[in-house]
Amino acid sequence: MSITVENISKNFSGFQALDDVNLSFPEGQLTALLGPSGSGKTTLLRIIAGLESSDAGRILFGDEDVSHQHVRDRNVGFVFQHYALFKHMTVKENIAFGLESLPRRQRPPKQEIRQRVEKLLEMIQLPDLANRYPTQLSGGQKQRVALARALATKPRILLLDEPFGALDAKVRKDLRRWLRALHDEFHFTSIFVTHDQEEALELSDQVVVMSQGQVEQVNEPAALYARPESRFVFDFLGHVNVLEGSLKNQKLTQGDAWVSLPSVQGDREAQLYMRPHEVQLARSPSAHARLPLRIESVSLIGSEVRIELQPEGWHSNELWEVGMSHNEFARQAPARGDLWYAVPDIGHLFTDAGSQPRTVDWHYPTTATAHP
Amino acid sequence: MSASTPTASAAPGRRFSGTSKRVLPGFGLSLGISLFFVSLVLLLPLTGLVMETSQMTWDQFWFTITDPRVVASYKVTLLTALAASLFNGLFGLLLAWVLVRYDFPGKRLVDAVVDLPFALPTAVAGITLATLFAQNGWYGQLLAGIGVEVAFTPLGIVVAMAFTSIPFVVRTVQPVLEELSPADEEAAVSLGASDGRVFRKVIFPSLWPALVTGVALSFTRSLGEFGAIIFIAGNSPYVSEVTSLMIFVRLQEYDYAAASAIASLVLLVSLVLLFAINLWQGRYLRRLEGR
Repeated sequence: MSITVENISKNFSGFQALDDVNLSFPEGQLTALLGPSGSGKTTLLRIIAGLESSDAGRILFGDEDVSHQHVRDRNVGFVFQHYALFKHMTVKENIAFGLESLPRRQRPPKQEIRQRVEKLLEMIQLPDLANRYPTQLSGGQKQRVALARALATKPRILLLDEPFGALDAKVRKDLRRWLRALHDEFHFTSIFVTHDQEEALELSDQVVVMSQGQVEQVNEPAALYARPESRFVFDFLGHVNVLEGSLKNQKLTQGDAWVSLPSVQGDREAQLYMRPHEVQLARSPSAHARLPLRIESVSLIGSEVRIELQPEGWHSNELWEVGMSHNEFARQAPARGDLWYAVPDIGHLFTDAGSQPRTVDWHYPTTATAHP
Repeated sequence: MSASTPTASAAPGRRFSGTSKRVLPGFGLSLGISLFFVSLVLLLPLTGLVMETSQMTWDQFWFTITDPRVVASYKVTLLTALAASLFNGLFGLLLAWVLVRYDFPGKRLVDAVVDLPFALPTAVAGITLATLFAQNGWYGQLLAGIGVEVAFTPLGIVVAMAFTSIPFVVRTVQPVLEELSPADEEAAVSLGASDGRVFRKVIFPSLWPALVTGVALSFTRSLGEFGAIIFIAGNSPYVSEVTSLMIFVRLQEYDYAAASAIASLVLLVSLVLLFAINLWQGRYLRRLEGR
């Protein structure tokens, strides 16, 4: 069942939570709503579920307009951040709740309910905990039970509100993988809300980035990371190195730093954005860039050595960050306090506020074009 | 308690001392002072009561507490207290619900008024109620029209008891209701449950330990209520005399032993009830909190 969101707006006593949002969620896909707190992502999810009403706009499930349907009739599975398990009911009773809430004519017989609950318990890999109470479960187990409860009535769609937000890092990773596997097996249309970029990029088929009640960008995870369409998405998805300066004669200059931009015309203020992996470090400046930086710290943990650097003779609001393989690190041995030069491979140039960036590739300067 | 068992077994005898690992000092001192006051205010008078009673022989004791007029008063008291506390259970729940769930002008005022029965001297409440419900009072006139007589009947006792003990229910249910997570209800509704089912299956189970406690407190309070009742009850023997009045009557007759005999019975019933409620509630809550 696909979901369409049309012109949805929501105002909470003066605060514009959602501002004319239009989206479509394809059938059978797992979509992430990603954004900082206050971006309206949870409100949108709750409006889709029917837990909140919108001031304007429509929600469609397939071709059916459900805007005025009560939550109870929308047949959606909703998973809450803090599980919202009924604490006076056992795991079994929790999972059966939805089935037993069905009107008598649709309600399956007791025997069938029991079988369905057993099946769900197997699916969430907790068959032995049927008679436990929620307080006797760990966080990860609780969230699995909440998921089984939401899936028991075979909902048309599954909505998850920060499903892993309250769990610790290790459990979160396990559960994430498990949910992805579950989704690949059953292919229900699902939407989950998160503020964790890593979670969104790893888990979803499609990511919707939101900010201040508006949709910033919709894309597949890989495309989203490689080609952000706005400064916001750039900033929000991982670290970014910024050179802010004035563009003159195809050269972006600030203080002692400059980068040549061979195919860019016009004189104006501009910012060049670069991901940590799009920049390399060298002992001397290259022909197309001079970006002197002093090493501030070196972090060895992880598959890559992460080096933080402070601009020397020019200014940047945030420290620069560059990744280096452990092999490379062993050979070059950069140390704290050393002066190095950043050599960009690919950069994304923003000229006017809000406009789309233009991607510059110094290795293939002729193909440098604006995307998409 | 199970969580503290390992430490307790590791250092036997240390469990109650609290001297070694506590951050805040003064466990001994504060516990001592508390126990001292509990003894002074509660236990000592109770001991006096028991000592007074113990001057009687068992036969005398039995004779006193099974006097037909006194037995009739037990019946009246128990039934009216039961009716009053059940009424309070319903009405108190409603009041707490309205105060927690809805916003309306004057909410703070209503919230404050709930405590009025505690603040008002019970005799004042009794006189006021008697005036209102008398045949020529505001309510009395109206009720007389439909043939209901409140003042000077057992019904009047119920009214007085309900009035003086309703805050118990409201104040025990209110905080629990406030703490209920809206997500639980949303979850239930998203699973297709009707409003009635949400209340029965999700809200009420979390609420009812508090409700039972409130009703039990209201009941025990009603058992001993005196000031508010005697003005409205009419106090006719065998019909509308409450047990606390019987104690008062014995005192007026300077029969202290008999008064304390009846009083000790009331005390016993209240204690047993409170103790039973506590035990039951402890068990129920342990399950919810997984201890």
